Amino acid sequence: MAPTPISNEDRAVGASTRRAWALATPALAILVLAASGPLLIVLVYSFLTPGQYGNVEWRFSLDGWAGILVTRDIFDGTLGLADAHLTIFWRSVKLSLLTTAITFGVGFPTAWFIATRPLKSRALWLFLITIPFWTNLLIRTFAIGEVIRREGLLNTVLIKLGLISEPLSIGYSDGAVLIGMTYVYLPLMVLPLFAAIDRFDMRLLEAGYDLYASRWQILRRVILPIVKPGIIAGSILVFVPSLGAYVTPRVLGGGKNMMIGNFIELQFGQGRNWPLGAALSMTLLVVVTIALLFYVRTANRGADHG
Amino acid sequence: MSEIAVEARSAVKTFGQGAAAVRALDDVSVQINKGEFFTLLGPSGCGKTTLLRLIAGFETPTSGQILLDGADITALPPNRRAVNTVFQSYALFPHLTVAQNIGFGLEMLGRPRAEIAATTERMLALVRMEEFAPRKIAQLSGGQQQRVALARALAPQPKVLLLDEPLSALDLKLRKEMQVELKRLQLETGITFVFVTHDQEEALTMSDRIGVMRAGRILQIGRPVEIYTRPANRFVAGFIGESNFLPATIDGGRLRLAAGTEIEADDLRGRHGAVTVTVRPEQVRMVAADAPGALPATIRAWVYFGTDTHCHLTLADGSAVVVRLASPASGDAGLQQGASVGLRFAPGAVQVLGD
Repeated sequence: MAPTPISNEDRAVGASTRRAWALATPALAILVLAASGPLLIVLVYSFLTPGQYGNVEWRFSLDGWAGILVTRDIFDGTLGLADAHLTIFWRSVKLSLLTTAITFGVGFPTAWFIATRPLKSRALWLFLITIPFWTNLLIRTFAIGEVIRREGLLNTVLIKLGLISEPLSIGYSDGAVLIGMTYVYLPLMVLPLFAAIDRFDMRLLEAGYDLYASRWQILRRVILPIVKPGIIAGSILVFVPSLGAYVTPRVLGGGKNMMIGNFIELQFGQGRNWPLGAALSMTLLVVVTIALLFYVRTANRGADHG
Repeated sequence: MSEIAVEARSAVKTFGQGAAAVRALDDVSVQINKGEFFTLLGPSGCGKTTLLRLIAGFETPTSGQILLDGADITALPPNRRAVNTVFQSYALFPHLTVAQNIGFGLEMLGRPRAEIAATTERMLALVRMEEFAPRKIAQLSGGQQQRVALARALAPQPKVLLLDEPLSALDLKLRKEMQVELKRLQLETGITFVFVTHDQEEALTMSDRIGVMRAGRILQIGRPVEIYTRPANRFVAGFIGESNFLPATIDGGRLRLAAGTEIEADDLRGRHGAVTVTVRPEQVRMVAADAPGALPATIRAWVYFGTDTHCHLTLADGSAVVVRLASPASGDAGLQQGASVGLRFAPGAVQVLGD
């Protein structure tokens, strides 16, 4: 068989493809270098030996990775399970899951409320939701701290209303961190939920109601399955940054209630154990990736089989 | 056989408050018999969909009652009424398969799995969609979605099936097919159908009885042939089919057209003085201008419709008359514009209209 001659059309397609690649190259280069470059450095550092005054010595060591789970007693040098580390991991996962659950519980009615407003006022409500983004995260977190501290707004109001007699001590606890993260990440839950509910055909509610479904059944069997992509997107947007949260636990949790983010920072700062910090960072990355894959698989299964 | 399936008693529905209030239903009473195909016919905004939604339970009447099988259901929510709806938009669940959509109602009623599967199977067969059971709704054409919507609403065996302009989204050919299909389903299942439409042809071809609505009121209820041949008033006569309206006077039991000729009508309805009479275009015959007793008229225009041809004429007093003739084989009726002819009305075709 004779080779197929290249037509003008093929040539034109080839040229336009080349042009497209050329135009995309700067962006791709930035993405590849900025995303994978630092990651590679972190990966390499996790296999090195900690330097005396921070930084690393270029000697291969698995101590960084081992340090995640085991710790060497400073006095007798015996190895033991790093209970403190596990507590921090557990607290991070627990608080992130709780934050996701609470933002969903609070965000879903909010998103539903906004999506069912008349078109005109809807824009205003969405605008109000995005207002917190205008202020720096640190300032907002301190503001929340002011609200929930012993002599803060919340306690003052509750005491004035006679609901409590003694001020609640929420400050510098897991509860304070949870309140702070819920506040900070709530818009990230509301916005994707709103987008999903906005596309939801409200006529399906009548169809369900007509077919003998109770309100609860309509929510569970009609609304939730259909807006599931929004729930998944919102959960990812809240869970992932919650897991790596740094500012909120630092400000609201005091020094004690650390999360992974603070713990990693500690290794690069006072702890002077860069390989451990690097290994922890990589672990966090892997955990988040696994969580994402799990989400995506669940989402796809939902789309395939209902 | 004339047991009442569903009934509205003095139903009033007002939307809005105060000066902006709209009376969508104005004291409507209607009784729909068991096993009947009842059509609510009227232009958009006449209140027919509101009446349907009152029966379904999506709206509560401002005053009046809704009865199902003799029991007052006015206060019951839709999920506690043995009534199902085929929605204009179909409103099928996009996340469920065809079979799951059809089984949804039974599932919500808590029926056993085996029963749900068997009924779903039967419904799929009834609407001839067996091979589509595992498909998602988005993979179906409009006509197929229509069938699924019907099967879904029929599966729980409602006492009354409500259909809200279900054919309006289909193209003409499919619509004609579905008209036949709907009638077949109604006969096979024996379920009472309440069908809402603004399409008079749909109403005439499918219904056992028609209720013609306008501005929140039912103007006339009757069998299609009654509604067509004996319209109660000018609106009904004009809305269903085409009609000629001629001014006339009744004096001493004699009916005289404003054009001067005395004509016969079956029923003068005890009227006296100035009235309007109506006669359908196909009930008018053209005869020679000098035929005895014929109404003199002048041809204005011919309009060719394929199966038939319309001839537009004017009478001596200037009133317009349309005559519908079967189109001649040659396609040419032979008479020219401006020609003088005589008109005769078929016996019993002239109706004196009420207000």
